[in-house]
Amino acid sequence: MHIVVCIKQVPDSAQIRVHPVTNTIMRQGVPTIINPYDLFAIEAALRLRDKHGGNVTVLTMGPPMAEDSLRRALTYGVDRAVLLTDRAFAGSDTLATSYALSQAIIKIGKTYEPVDIVFTGKQTIDGDTAQVGPGIAKRLDLHQLTYVSGISEVNLEGKTITVERRAEGGVQVLKSKLPCLITMLEGTNEIRRGSIDVALAAARAEIVTWNAAAAGVAEMGKCGLKGSPTVVKRVFAPAARAEKAKIIDIGGLAPDAMASKALDEIFGRL
Amino acid sequence: MKKELPEKFRSYKHVWVFIELERGHVHPVSWELMGEGRKLADKLGVQLAGVVLGGAGEDTRHAVQECYAYGADVAYLVESPVLADYRNEPYTRCMTELVNKFQPEILLLGATTLGRDLAGSVATTLATGLTADCTELAVDADGSLAATRPTFGGSLLCTIYTLNFRPQMATVRPRVFSMPERLDDKSGPVIEYEFTMIEDEIVTKLLQFIPDRDSNKSNLAYADVVVAGGLGLGSAENYQLVRDLAKALGADWGGSRPLVQRGWIPADRQIGQTGKTIRPKLYIAAGISGAIQHRVGVEGADLILAINTDKNAPIMDFAHLAIITDAVRFLPALAKEVRQRIAPNTRSRLVG
Ligand SMILES: Cc1cc2nc3c(=O)[nH]c(=O)nc-3n(C[C@H](O)[C@H](O)[C@H](O)COP(=O)(O)OP(=O)(O)OC[C@H]3O[C@@H](n4cnc5c(N)ncnc54)[C@H](O)[C@@H]3O)c2cc1C
Ligand SMILES: Cc1cc2nc3c(=O)[nH]c(=O)nc-3n(C[C@H](O)[C@H](O)[C@H](O)COP(=O)(O)OP(=O)(O)OC[C@H]3O[C@@H](n4cnc5c(N)ncnc54)[C@H](O)[C@@H]3O)c2cc1C
Repeated sequence: MHIVVCIKQVPDSAQIRVHPVTNTIMRQGVPTIINPYDLFAIEAALRLRDKHGGNVTVLTMGPPMAEDSLRRALTYGVDRAVLLTDRAFAGSDTLATSYALSQAIIKIGKTYEPVDIVFTGKQTIDGDTAQVGPGIAKRLDLHQLTYVSGISEVNLEGKTITVERRAEGGVQVLKSKLPCLITMLEGTNEIRRGSIDVALAAARAEIVTWNAAAAGVAEMGKCGLKGSPTVVKRVFAPAARAEKAKIIDIGGLAPDAMASKALDEIFGRL
Repeated sequence: MKKELPEKFRSYKHVWVFIELERGHVHPVSWELMGEGRKLADKLGVQLAGVVLGGAGEDTRHAVQECYAYGADVAYLVESPVLADYRNEPYTRCMTELVNKFQPEILLLGATTLGRDLAGSVATTLATGLTADCTELAVDADGSLAATRPTFGGSLLCTIYTLNFRPQMATVRPRVFSMPERLDDKSGPVIEYEFTMIEDEIVTKLLQFIPDRDSNKSNLAYADVVVAGGLGLGSAENYQLVRDLAKALGADWGGSRPLVQRGWIPADRQIGQTGKTIRPKLYIAAGISGAIQHRVGVEGADLILAINTDKNAPIMDFAHLAIITDAVRFLPALAKEVRQRIAPNTRSRLVG
């Protein structure tokens, strides 16, 4: 079987700083990582490959430096890495992102072998919309299975798949057809450590790099800023609240007396 | 980018809220959205509609009635056996047909697993903009929807517009907006739509639904009192002190993200940007520093008490009350005092 996993390179957002005066994001020197949610998708794909045979291709759209993430993914043992990079993709919102990625997935299917499953993470830690997965599914007319917590059966002959999907108030067990798109829930597995051999091979592996033309992107009007219906008008830091917390003075009191004083304050305010 | 709304979208009018009906129950986020949708509709001078999709029957009809109680001027109703359980295919098709036929200018959905699954497909099918997880919705001078949302883990907010496409779509997480007042005896017109899709056309089948019967399941998002712990507690064993206090208060319990990562508490107990948004009347945070990702999930609380050894911890910027002390020593004393002051049968009145 052939599985494509979409991954995004994101800033390690714990370390994102906002410029105090200009309110812009200070990206310089901020390390980048594979979006943590995507690791669950990579591992789920690798497990399916280990069981059923076949190949896993990882795909990312981003600036040339997004190659780092692909190399990292190769160290986990994925078979192939594709970087989709073109200035024309800059400023893409989720609609434009899903278009570009869907075109590249079509091209991957044609160039290598037909794609049975496309995986994405549940969401990213920067844009954090969870919209790209459903967007790709719609554009490629794949059966959409989001928030998947487990894959119980894949039947390659019958082209069927059974998954558990996290829903509100419970878990849905859904039976669908291949090809499908799965957005993998977090915490459902743990990414493997690749062997040293794999890591060494990853360092030398070729990263397939496509610009829009090479990926066969048909309609440039659907890409980048032009293809994005959303417009970010204003970016700003959250307003600080004027007053700080009132510190309840418990100087020298024993815990019981402290507790009593604290409760007086709480009840006084509720 | 300038606003130049194409001719074909100029007739798009009114504010819609998708009413999330699953297994007979309306998700409360739908009513929260109604409250906010009402304000938008009033500002625009248009109608507010609730859109109810479901299997034929009592529950679906009841959801329509409730729409009026929560402020709708009109309700759209689609009853069909293929809509009895949520699946992406029929729901996306149905919502898309409704939008194309009745042409709303704004469409709001809850950012739940259902709402996000549906919103992403509907927006892509309609090729319109979708703003995720908004924390503020407003109408601009020129009538555009200004949707504000946190990004980069909450360290920044941005305001996003869908200038030249309709409908303008947005999702909002549960408990971000407050529940509007419920008005009795309201009613209004119902617009029924006949959906022709049949089961044979739908590939994905629901084999089973396994409810979260687990009584331990968190109801954090809707709890009136929440006690939470952070890394300052020092160990998984000490976390028990949080649960003890929660029990004494009749409260729900949760924690910061590192506790989930260390396996001290289950993932559905995480509070914050990538966990639950809570809106209790009282929130007690013990040994939590108050990182921005935590803050955005608790800011809606009426009263926040921080228990922390550091009087300069970031949490002091948004807590209302603070006790500067060792939580491990203080929590048991507080639990004891609570048990002494409030008899179990009056506990529910603590915040009543
Ligand atoms: C401040 C800010 C706010 C934004 N808000 C919105 C908004 O509300 N609506 C909107 O439409 N756009 C928004 N965007 C744009 C959006 O972040 C980008 O379109 C981004 O490329 C993809 O969205 P995401 O990060 O939310 O991905 P998600 O939809 O959260 O990602 C889901 C999965 O899709 C895959 N994926 C996502 N991006 C890529 C990629 N580049 N390459 C490969 N796989 C990928 C990954 O598997 C990922 O786990 C915003 C951007 C910024 C900077
Ligand atoms: C993308 C992203 C998403 C995130 N999402 C979330 C989220 O949803 N929720 C969340 O909570 N975090 C989230 N985080 C993590 C967040 O940035 C912080 O790292 C985290 O909230 C810190 O947890 P903490 O307050 O428990 O620990 P620390 O920051 O280590 O704080 C411990 C606090 O305990 C105090 N303390 C120490 N000893 C004692 C004692 N004996 N008694 C009392 N106080 C004591 C210390 O003074 C300190 O203030 C996210 C991070 C990222 C990058």
